[in-house]
Amino acid sequence: MTATAPARTRGSEFLKGCLDEAPILLGTMPFGLIYGVLAVNAGLPVELAQAMSAIVFAGSAQFITAQLIGQATAGVVVVATIFIVNLRHALYSASLAPYLRHLNWGWKALLAYLLTDEAYAVAIVRYQRDDDAGQKPPFQHWYTLGAAFTLWSSWQAATAVGVFLGGSVPASWGLDFTLALTFIALVFTAVRGRPMWIAAVTAGVIAVLAHGLPFNLGLMLAALGGILSGMIAEAQAGVAPRRPRVDL
Amino acid sequence: MDWLPVLIFGGLLTFATRLSFIALLGRFEAPVLVTRALRYVPPAVLSAIIFPELLLRDGAWVTPWANPRLIAGALAGLVAWRTRNVLLTIAVGLVVFWALGWAGM
Repeated sequence: MTATAPARTRGSEFLKGCLDEAPILLGTMPFGLIYGVLAVNAGLPVELAQAMSAIVFAGSAQFITAQLIGQATAGVVVVATIFIVNLRHALYSASLAPYLRHLNWGWKALLAYLLTDEAYAVAIVRYQRDDDAGQKPPFQHWYTLGAAFTLWSSWQAATAVGVFLGGSVPASWGLDFTLALTFIALVFTAVRGRPMWIAAVTAGVIAVLAHGLPFNLGLMLAALGGILSGMIAEAQAGVAPRRPRVDL
Repeated sequence: MDWLPVLIFGGLLTFATRLSFIALLGRFEAPVLVTRALRYVPPAVLSAIIFPELLLRDGAWVTPWANPRLIAGALAGLVAWRTRNVLLTIAVGLVVFWALGWAGM
């Protein structure tokens, strides 16, 4: 930042956050649209599919939840799965916490509700850039709000379009299979390094073997087994895994 | 079954997770073991869903060469591995799946 940079205002920060988030929407909006189509095709009522985008507001957890509801999974397993899949947000929360310390509870709650992978990624870059410049300018949280709100509103809109289109897609298209394909694409994006491959394969094998367990409990068992095997492989290799390229 | 309470409960837990450290004023850091474990959550959960979806049908094993989902899924995996492109992966997987269905599989 040069000395001639314009003074930051609430409005300018909010707008800057919106603009910096915009390119990411190219990736998230098709995803939201696909979610809407699939959720309806998995058997979710339209209003429930749309409500999930506001209540849970987390892409991968929503895809998985739609799949589980379609399979008539026990409610408690669905809740546990949402919780585990979204646990990574605690990391973002920890990372952003020092920057939000001075805000009131309303702001903290609002930004926490809006905290997603994509909003975090944009916000933390900005905070760290200010840190590097030795600055602590005012209204940084308005920037975060702009980025997060842009993602939120576009996600709701994309879901709505998907839900609208979803009802007109015939079952013979096999669109429910798109869920599995989406997950395949994501797993290849997320996995980096040997321990993660071991975690993925172990979880998959356990899931098949434990498929007969009631309430889809095999899913929990497989996830825990996969995580454990990955950590053991990591400990044996003596190297920490690289951060996944894309968090979910 | 009424799924709305399930979604609300899952949403509240998600909100609590997102608020956790922000509410704790950033005084505490997540234990290293936990942060490490969390990195394995995406591949583990995704695979745990993908494998049964591709290999089983209504809980029963399907012969691999007569299983359009497995064949389409494997080819989609190949595309994902080479390109890391989500939309292309879905497109290739669906087209193969449709083609196999068309061919009577």
